[in-house]
Amino acid sequence: MSISRNEARQVAHLARLEVDESDIDSITEELSAIIGFMAQLAEVDIEGVEPMTSVTPMRLSKRADVVASGGIRDRILATAPAVEQGFFTVPKVVE
Amino acid sequence: MELADLTIAEASRKLRTRNVTSVELTSACLEVIERASQLNAFCWQDADYALDQAREADRRLAKGDASGMCGIPIGVKDLFCVRGVPTQAASKILDGFRPEYDSTVTRNLQDRGAVVLGKLNMDEFAMGSSTEHSVYGPTVNPWRARNCDDQRTPGGSSGGSAAAVASDLCLGAIGTDTGGSIRQPAAFTGTVGIKPTYGRCSRWGIVAFASSLDQAGPMTKCVRDAAIMLRAMAGHDERDSTSSNRPVPDFEGALTGSVRGKVVAVPREYRVEGMPSEIEAMWKSGVEMMQDAGARIVDVSLPHTKYALPAYYVIAPAEASSNLARYDGVRYGYRSRLDSECGITDLYKRTRAKGFGAEVKRRIMIGTYVLSQGFYEAYYRRAQRIRTLIRGDFEAAFDDGVDCLLTPATPSAAFPLGAISESDPIKMYLNDVFTVTVNLAGLPGISVPVRLDSNGLPLGLQLIGRPWEEASLLNFAYVLERQAEFNQKPRKWWLQ
Repeated sequence: MSISRNEARQVAHLARLEVDESDIDSITEELSAIIGFMAQLAEVDIEGVEPMTSVTPMRLSKRADVVASGGIRDRILATAPAVEQGFFTVPKVVE
Repeated sequence: MELADLTIAEASRKLRTRNVTSVELTSACLEVIERASQLNAFCWQDADYALDQAREADRRLAKGDASGMCGIPIGVKDLFCVRGVPTQAASKILDGFRPEYDSTVTRNLQDRGAVVLGKLNMDEFAMGSSTEHSVYGPTVNPWRARNCDDQRTPGGSSGGSAAAVASDLCLGAIGTDTGGSIRQPAAFTGTVGIKPTYGRCSRWGIVAFASSLDQAGPMTKCVRDAAIMLRAMAGHDERDSTSSNRPVPDFEGALTGSVRGKVVAVPREYRVEGMPSEIEAMWKSGVEMMQDAGARIVDVSLPHTKYALPAYYVIAPAEASSNLARYDGVRYGYRSRLDSECGITDLYKRTRAKGFGAEVKRRIMIGTYVLSQGFYEAYYRRAQRIRTLIRGDFEAAFDDGVDCLLTPATPSAAFPLGAISESDPIKMYLNDVFTVTVNLAGLPGISVPVRLDSNGLPLGLQLIGRPWEEASLLNFAYVLERQAEFNQKPRKWWLQ
């Protein structure tokens, strides 16, 4: 099992990671090796086995549907890299 | 004996009888931390921050209502949010991040009077087995091989925690364990590390790696200290819906030192090909020690063991790729500089490319791949089914009356820094071969130092317990510790 250079480019794009074209070969090679390592999972008989979705058999507890916190805008914005007038700032999104 | 060399249990006794103050203990730790910069174990510390907590602890101790952790100086892995304290998960992408809130585990410890000395180095986002993948540079293991000055890894990802405890820079530390990140570094440094049952400690405020596998735990100089510290960390937290509301037992009180008649299983699949003879011999001696203590030894089969590592390397990166999507250059930490014509996608891509290290990017891409359309069933769903089978292997053993399992903690002793090259990630992943099964099955596991190998490097054994039975597991570990009589310390070559 291996992946192509185009697949590697596509995965990097989906993961929102900029990659240099000069690194594509080595990334393709590394990802192929790791995916090859996972290929042995294909030999396990999983017929009728439920996928594990919770490691400890427990019901997730629910809390009351009420506002538990709020009014902390400035504390949330305090750890952002760029803030203006009470908002996160980003490059122009809509032309 | 220096004050910083004390165990938590010893120090707690001295604090409560007023033979020492928390300010004295804390000052002693701060002094040795200052002199141990070569180890690169601490990535942030602040004397005033620590001493303020120590003075408050002394006031509580004077009033006489103090817990076992009150006044005890500890170190905190850089993965735990502590309000106002730099928290970077050893990543450039969280550069400058000082959280506005506390993790529940550090809050629990500080509420009980523990003194946070500072933050400890680790592999970036807890992804690694050597503490070499860190924006702060590698941590150095205080242990060196005989007649050899090579710098060795303390293991990872909680390598800073392990090195700090082994070199007596703090009395105890906290780490996290997603695939072995507490137990492997503990084994590499001659210290004790326990990963509790999934759900025992709240994950609130711990930078997330793989949410269905991550657990916090203590790393300490002895089993008794692990029992004291775990009790102070654990407990239900409504802010983590997977944290259990089971009562937290008195783990220290469970250390009876008797395992007579209990059943210890040796899983035959853990005898992996190419296992070094010294690891095999240590394992055998561990079996004899449990036998001498009156336990009954049985052989068990965990037939899906071989698939644990590849299943783990599907599930953990899949969850990581999702968890790490939040680092977008907008909400916290680092943002890359951009030209004026760049758009939002360029901002995401460049910030993440420059902010994450190579191993983190590799795992994000693997996770993205296995979750992508057309591959989800073949990888992620299949791995989740295999995870059910792996847990089933353990359940069958426990149903047959097994009380705990005994295995090596690691496939080797600590290796030299740089020995496992960046270009061979799978070789690094093999470090987790004995520990990942425990995370996949959600079980408690503990690493206990047993002996030095022929090069003078520590080796440890792992005990695996039934879910929620950390009290019994710690007692097994206590018995193993007493039988092994491991009391060596590294020579303090690093002090300047």
